[in-house]
Amino acid sequence: MAELERHSFDVLVIGAGGAGLRAAIEAREHGMRTAVLCKSLFGKAHTVMAEGGIAAAMGNVNSNDSWQVHFRDTMRGGKFLNNWRMAELHAKEAPDRVWELETYGALFDRTKDGRVSQRNFGGHEYPRLAHVGDRTGLELIRSLQQKIVSLQQEDHAETGDYEAKLKVFQEFTVSDLLIEDGKVAGAFGYWRESGRFVLFTAPSVILATGGIGKSFKVTSNSWEYTGDGHALALRAGASLINMEFIQFHPTGMVWPPSVKGILVTESVRGDGGVLRNSEGKRFMFDYIPEVFKEKYADSEAEGDRWYTDADNNRRPPELLPRDEVARAINSEVKAGRGTEHGGVFLDVSTRLPAEEITRRLPSMHHQFKELADVDITAQPMEVGPTCHYVMGGVEVDPDTGASSVPGLFAAGEVSGGMHGSNRLGGNSLSDLLVFGRRAGAGAADYAASLTVRPVPSEAAVAEAERVALAPFAGDGGENPYTLHMELQQTMNDLVGIIRKAEEIEQALERLEGLKARARTLTVEGHRQFNPGWHLALDLRNMLVVSECVAKAALLRTESRGGHTRDDYPVMDSDWRRKLLVCTASGESEVDVQVKPQIPIREDLLELFDRGELEKYLTGDELGS
Amino acid sequence: MGYQGNFRVWRGDADGGGLEDFTVEVNEGEVVLDVIHRLQATQAGDLAVRWNCKAGKCGSCSAEINGRPRLLCMTRMSTFTEGETITITPMRTFPIIRDLVTDVSFNYTKAREIPSFKPPKDLAPGEYRMRQVDVERSQEFRKCIECFLCQDTCHVIRDHEENKEAFAGPRFLMRIAELEMHPLDEGGRTVAAQESHGLGLCNITKCCTEVCPEHIKITDNALIPMKERVADRKYDPIVWLGNKIFRRES
Repeated sequence: MAELERHSFDVLVIGAGGAGLRAAIEAREHGMRTAVLCKSLFGKAHTVMAEGGIAAAMGNVNSNDSWQVHFRDTMRGGKFLNNWRMAELHAKEAPDRVWELETYGALFDRTKDGRVSQRNFGGHEYPRLAHVGDRTGLELIRSLQQKIVSLQQEDHAETGDYEAKLKVFQEFTVSDLLIEDGKVAGAFGYWRESGRFVLFTAPSVILATGGIGKSFKVTSNSWEYTGDGHALALRAGASLINMEFIQFHPTGMVWPPSVKGILVTESVRGDGGVLRNSEGKRFMFDYIPEVFKEKYADSEAEGDRWYTDADNNRRPPELLPRDEVARAINSEVKAGRGTEHGGVFLDVSTRLPAEEITRRLPSMHHQFKELADVDITAQPMEVGPTCHYVMGGVEVDPDTGASSVPGLFAAGEVSGGMHGSNRLGGNSLSDLLVFGRRAGAGAADYAASLTVRPVPSEAAVAEAERVALAPFAGDGGENPYTLHMELQQTMNDLVGIIRKAEEIEQALERLEGLKARARTLTVEGHRQFNPGWHLALDLRNMLVVSECVAKAALLRTESRGGHTRDDYPVMDSDWRRKLLVCTASGESEVDVQVKPQIPIREDLLELFDRGELEKYLTGDELGS
Repeated sequence: MGYQGNFRVWRGDADGGGLEDFTVEVNEGEVVLDVIHRLQATQAGDLAVRWNCKAGKCGSCSAEINGRPRLLCMTRMSTFTEGETITITPMRTFPIIRDLVTDVSFNYTKAREIPSFKPPKDLAPGEYRMRQVDVERSQEFRKCIECFLCQDTCHVIRDHEENKEAFAGPRFLMRIAELEMHPLDEGGRTVAAQESHGLGLCNITKCCTEVCPEHIKITDNALIPMKERVADRKYDPIVWLGNKIFRRES
């Protein structure tokens, strides 16, 4: 192993999206020598794709807003399956995290009195999303990236070395965590550019790897979203919760085929856009579920008035939580009222003046014009559901982001619990910042508390290297691209937006077959920047994570949020009290167990009307 | 609908390489990146290309198509004729790593040389007040997706390795302008733009603006205003020349 490159750090952060960068900033500010390991170039992470905004109850546009209202909206959006402590911390701390970004140099759109402007979004009672047009994610990632550069400049002024305390390893993939005596000892991975292996020794690892969307055919996610952190956590011995809950964003592009799945921001609806079927009908009025009846307008006239007078009218049903809207679109298309290319119409052209559309939704205007020849100021868009976000993830301590494995932390999309069964738009960017910061502090405190640090064994390193090189050794002839396409088709068709037992069972059977074939993957060429090899290694993660999704989906015999069972269409209060916990033994033997949900703290329950709680909680939880 | 398209793709590494011919299926509505992906999946599994969002938002898939710096994901196949041979090469200004992937570390080095946002000392977080009209100028520059196509096309460094040390390039001169125009930045940046980051080497040919996929008016809105702010100093060669010709110093 002469060629093995070795590094030692206090804290490793895997992933350089919003959560990873915020965690790295925090760990470095706690005095830790910190490394960020990311699959893409620094500043390219999937966070740049976030469009609408960051939800934070600053009350800049409507002063009635408060953390309590935000907490309530978040719990409702997640159908009360959320980890209440995470939802509480998130609602309380999000405003500070937004204001902090301004000190990093972020430039949000402003209100008339010069404060951070806030926009309406699905499921949020008041205008709450801090934004920059429809490119908020880019602003967030660039601000964090530039803050990291400014910290490096401070270190350079002090030590002469930009990377003395905070170093970014870009285009680097972690293939395995190294665990000794049940504790994190480091990580093993490869430079994508050269294919050379690197061993990191570190007592704390923060997973901030994002989601799993690349296991599905139609997705808004980029190639990086292969469930790496989920799989690394499983193999390290940590548990995942809520993996059955996948958010299908209601509005992805549906045409042309090559852009199918690319996100169309919810801001289109927040700013006045409406959904129509092929008969020209605003169908969302037919899909307001019982639990939300009192909160949404039942006529177009009232819905339209709400945009200018929100205090005296109820919001239009286009702004229901994403799971509701996605299911409604799915039903309309199935009923034969879809568009030519299998979507529905999203129209803002008849709702706002053209110049207003290009000002508020510049990147949507650009995206449709360049990719679909559609001018959204004059024509409706065609949209349909796209796999967007996984609510499930690593089971963590809300305050520190610690998993059950000492030294292993998680933040952002890769962690589970915060969003329950369905995430509200805008709650992701705030989640990244709130829990990125907390995980950074948690990992720093843990590293500082150790007197003896675990050391990775040479045997574990040799095994990680063997696994990583296996695709070159094999001559089974299995093509990683073919296998990936089959996996995506399977998950899309059989564990997608609407599920039923026999289809999920069929998916599990196919996954077994794919797992067996994955052992005979063969890649051509050599280790230098070889995407075929990279995909072969990513497939290992996608397969185990897909199995978690399918197994948990089969067990949960109810419909809730991002999990809709055709054979169990009703939400069941007994299931609200149950979490499905995935663990893995060996390489990928997934086991799912039922675990009781943590009861909601009394004073937080009191924020809701009893009438509303009765829709979600069981009789004995309500003390009757 | 579909047809067989002719492509010439540069393949190789730092030691050398050349154009290889491929015939690949092209379908309605596709972009060049779709074709590259099909090539990977069916004929060249190890063809190296950077990409991420496939929606023109991350700036990863920069390359040169028929010699023109472009994003692979935003170049539609319908802009070419069916019989045309499309040539795809890596960005020329940066060292080759492999195939279409180049070493863009130059840009990260330059980013670190620009002094960061200097927040106002007397304002706590949450107390920042700025007017929309005042933030819009810098917001335009913050639309930058860091695809580095402007750096690639800029002739100051495109075929002049020797200028790289002294020249930040349009992307990072624009970053200076962004901070200079930030309503609350306390940096003071005009002298350094000229003396340390090579603003004077730019002779406003607008090549950067032409290739910007975000349509940022880099030259008109960032570089020229910065030049104007330093114009009363003698360092700019154009101003200097003007002084020599029209106001001979006595």
